[in-house]
Amino acid sequence: MLSLIVFLPLAAALALVLAPRLGDTAARWSWVAVAGVDLALVVAVWWQYETPAEEQLAFEQRAEWMPGVNSSYHIGVDGLSLPLIAMTAVIFLACAVYALRDTNRPRLQAALFLFLQSVSMGLFVSADLILFFVFFDLSIVAMYFVIAGWGHGDAARSALKFFLYTFLGSLALLVGFIGLYIAADPHTFDMVELSEQTPLDGSSLAGGLVLAAILIGLAVKTPTVPFHTWLPPAHTDAPAVGSAVLAGVLLKMGTYGFVRIAMPMLPDAWRAWAWVVIVVGIVSVIYGALVALAQTDLKRMIAYTSVNHMGYIALAVGAAGLVAGDTAGARSIAVTGAVTQMVSHGLITGALFLLAGVLNDRADSYDMDAYGGLAAPAPRFAALFALGAFASLGLPGFSGFIAEFQIFTGSIAAAPATAIAVVGILITAALFLRALQRIFTGHTRGKSTGFGDLHPAELWSVGSLLLLSVLIGVFPRPLLDVIEPASEVLIDLVGR
Amino acid sequence: MTHSLTESALWVLVLLPAVVGAALALSRLERAAAVVSLVTGTLTAVLALIVAFARPEVSVPFMAGSDFALGVDALSALVMPMVAVVTLLVVMFSAGEIRESQGRFHGLMLLFAAAALVTATAQSLPALLFSWEVMGATSFALIGFWWRDDRRVSAGVTAFVTTRTADVGMYVAAGAAVAGGSGLALADLAGSSASWRHVIAAGLLVAALGKAAQLPFSFWLSRAMEGPSPVSALLHSAAMVAMGGYLLLRVEPLLAATGWAAGAAAWVGAATALLLGTVAVAQRDLKQLLAASTSAQLGFVVMAAGLGTVSGGAAHLLAHASTKALLFLAAGAWLTALGTKRLAGLRGVARRWRLLGVTATAGALSLAGIAPLALWATKDAVLAAALEESPLLYAVGLAAAALSAAYAGKILMVVWRPVPLDKQAEVEGHHDEEQQGTRHVGPLEQAPLVVLALGALVLGALALPPVGDTAARTMAEEPLHPAPLELAVSALIALAVVGSVWWRRRVPEPRWALGWLGLEHITHVVVVRPTVRIAERLARFDDQVLDRAVTRSATGALTAARGMAAFDDTVVDGSVEAVSRGSVSAAERSARGDNRWLDGTVERVASWTRGLGRLARRPQTGQLHQYYIQAVAVLAIGVLLLLTVR
Repeated sequence: MLSLIVFLPLAAALALVLAPRLGDTAARWSWVAVAGVDLALVVAVWWQYETPAEEQLAFEQRAEWMPGVNSSYHIGVDGLSLPLIAMTAVIFLACAVYALRDTNRPRLQAALFLFLQSVSMGLFVSADLILFFVFFDLSIVAMYFVIAGWGHGDAARSALKFFLYTFLGSLALLVGFIGLYIAADPHTFDMVELSEQTPLDGSSLAGGLVLAAILIGLAVKTPTVPFHTWLPPAHTDAPAVGSAVLAGVLLKMGTYGFVRIAMPMLPDAWRAWAWVVIVVGIVSVIYGALVALAQTDLKRMIAYTSVNHMGYIALAVGAAGLVAGDTAGARSIAVTGAVTQMVSHGLITGALFLLAGVLNDRADSYDMDAYGGLAAPAPRFAALFALGAFASLGLPGFSGFIAEFQIFTGSIAAAPATAIAVVGILITAALFLRALQRIFTGHTRGKSTGFGDLHPAELWSVGSLLLLSVLIGVFPRPLLDVIEPASEVLIDLVGR
Repeated sequence: MTHSLTESALWVLVLLPAVVGAALALSRLERAAAVVSLVTGTLTAVLALIVAFARPEVSVPFMAGSDFALGVDALSALVMPMVAVVTLLVVMFSAGEIRESQGRFHGLMLLFAAAALVTATAQSLPALLFSWEVMGATSFALIGFWWRDDRRVSAGVTAFVTTRTADVGMYVAAGAAVAGGSGLALADLAGSSASWRHVIAAGLLVAALGKAAQLPFSFWLSRAMEGPSPVSALLHSAAMVAMGGYLLLRVEPLLAATGWAAGAAAWVGAATALLLGTVAVAQRDLKQLLAASTSAQLGFVVMAAGLGTVSGGAAHLLAHASTKALLFLAAGAWLTALGTKRLAGLRGVARRWRLLGVTATAGALSLAGIAPLALWATKDAVLAAALEESPLLYAVGLAAAALSAAYAGKILMVVWRPVPLDKQAEVEGHHDEEQQGTRHVGPLEQAPLVVLALGALVLGALALPPVGDTAARTMAEEPLHPAPLELAVSALIALAVVGSVWWRRRVPEPRWALGWLGLEHITHVVVVRPTVRIAERLARFDDQVLDRAVTRSATGALTAARGMAAFDDTVVDGSVEAVSRGSVSAAERSARGDNRWLDGTVERVASWTRGLGRLARRPQTGQLHQYYIQAVAVLAIGVLLLLTVR
């Protein structure tokens, strides 16, 4: 079942590439159809999902691949990855619906995004380090073509910067993986076996170096300060659907690596270096929010808020490493909050980037000062943007609150000094309300005159993402019932 | 059976306005929205009364190991119906007043009401924080309701960000509650471990003070007056700011257990009542006056929480809600009718629309603390508790009460004193300065005022012996009876101050008080501007240092690559070329060597041999006598040789 979920979009992509006479409309709608089928399959998996035993995976599949290095095609889901593949399916479907209005080589765009969907799904379900790495790098390649081929502004340069920077990071990641392989006895790249063995326990220098390599690789992808400077130009010059996928899915690959690879396989080193991760998280939170506050370009602003939101995740997983006798419950809450934040941020920031794309589509500008009083000609756009802004600043009723409350509660209980990070929600509140005020309220002026309101494709795609965020915000139990057991297991693994 | 019915009633109570409100807010309905809203408001009020008697409790698992728990106890049973009833009356008023975007207005008001009802019945921190923040968001949307006006939206942003700053305390308190081992249920917070209890108390205290517009957060309430008058009546007098006071009443056991928190609350409340009282006296705009007075009156509620008299504080909360909502709605009616809210333009207005004037007067008299109206009795309950605690606190409270008489007297004096003929033109010059006045006050606007005026007259009973004692006992408190002397003193002070304001027709209006103590300006200079400057500097750092470092390392790599290429060409390839050139020159050198030495040696031997030959020709001279000597010489050498060899 999982292999079908992973490779169905790839097969569809190949079919699209090999059918040069397929019409534009047919190509767009087949993208929507395939994404819809993939989502239905993921829902079916969720429906049948039962919490697996500790350190096991559900829906496991394994096949021989490279027996010489003990690397197999091994996939499976647990409470950490199931929400992420669901989120991935939802985001890609929303992008497919949004792109129904695109006229720029839709067949190739659909094929590329379907390929990217396959790669993203594959990464979240992979249980083998080499398999993970292959999907990690392929995602970078695919996104390069998305930005370079369908972007605007200085697309070629931004795409190249994105590619080189994150690729360099992935090489550091590979060094870490090889370190784990060498230290393991017997040598293996399998994630489940490595989590059981924890090969570098006891050798603090080697463990620290391998963790450093892995953390650098993941920190570039997440991104955390100071490795984040590839993100703003990549987002500004990417097409709307590209930004949505970049923020919604690709960034989570970095944070997923923390909870899937770094914490279970290197618990000793993680405990030793937890404070570094916490500090990086806090700096990302505050720095990201402050720099976002100073932006005048809407897409750059949202890009920096992504740095802020990912900082919360780093903070929480770092705090989870501060093992002390009675804080296990609190640290489990923090990890649950981190995974919830991954899902929540994908939905909300994906929606915001799709909305920002509307500005580019109608008036070719993301400059907030070029607009004013936009709520008059475009009330639905204003309403959805207001909802997205409030969701992103962590208002209760949306998924962001569920995530951030748990992150703060868990982190403060584990390490009281992390309370400083709560300042982040203040700054994001100010910056989103200012953006709302500058663009939508006041006199209708500048590029707001004659602005067309949302088309059905835009309305449905963005609306569904925000609706899902509201549902999670008001009824969090279905999601949390999947994540919480996995968080408890992870806390056990880190505490070994 | 009835058990689960009342539980469902509690769920419906909070969900009905929420769902209907959300639907209305996103719809385009106009007059139908007002009707739907009225029906919903009525149902909610009825449910609130049912639930207040039945006292159910519900909870569902929510997050962070805690529940979304709602329940009605003695305190909620007083406050929650008040919220529902005032909401209904304000919605009735706005049906007559708000004419555009009615769907959005009524939707947001109902959403707010749902959030306020959840706050009033919340029994766990997640539920409380949830509704607390939603109240703030709806407040932002309602203050900035006329969004085409940039000033109003900016006021909404100020209000939201200021209250959110205070709400940060609640997030920290939640973390501390988990750390302290008490869990997230509100009733258990007092049992947390000692060191964490301080953090919880501090966090909740800050959050409550921010929401209740106490010092130093009071300035946001002034800005909030940019919203429509029904919004000011519901949110910014009766419900949202009141919830700040309610929170402190709810967690009073925690404050008492923490020692310093109760005293801090009492003194902040008293200071706010005093200082904001002077601010109110100095105001020249009716809504600004009422806003400052709201903050001051809530200071009394905060004081009550700090002093441990929850029933007195709750009674004051209810009485104030009724009184202040009444006054704000009256101000709104006058604003719609005359187009002005400045006191200079409202002179003698009570004579023009009598019912409106009479009800407003009831409210003003209650606000002044005239016996036996509501706010007199409830204020005295709080002051009695203050006297037991500290005479200084009592004195400050009494001074604040005198100030409330002063600003209420100011209102009465302005709206009732007839305008002399020579000043009428000046007064009418102020008409229509904010909006076009309709010169009409409808029945939908007046009916709610009558109900609220009755409340302002009667609700004092909640603090007086028969009802007040029962209320206190249901909250597990000893009923507090102010001494007759205290009652008489406060009543006389109120009368005296109102009388003196009436006769003197003037009150001091110092600049610092008029400007709300300059709090907003100070906050702007100390907090906002430095933050924005730091943000800009960090953005420049990000672009010019961090990003440039990355780009520079990339160009550095490119330069290094070019250098390597040059190295490869000149040095590596060059050395190969040099080797080949070297071997060619070595070959040439060997060839030269071959020529010069080897061959040369052979040539030298040959020429030597020629030289020897020339030497051998020298004896051939042709002279006979030389030949005879050579023959003798050779014979002699031959004989010598023969002799020696032998």
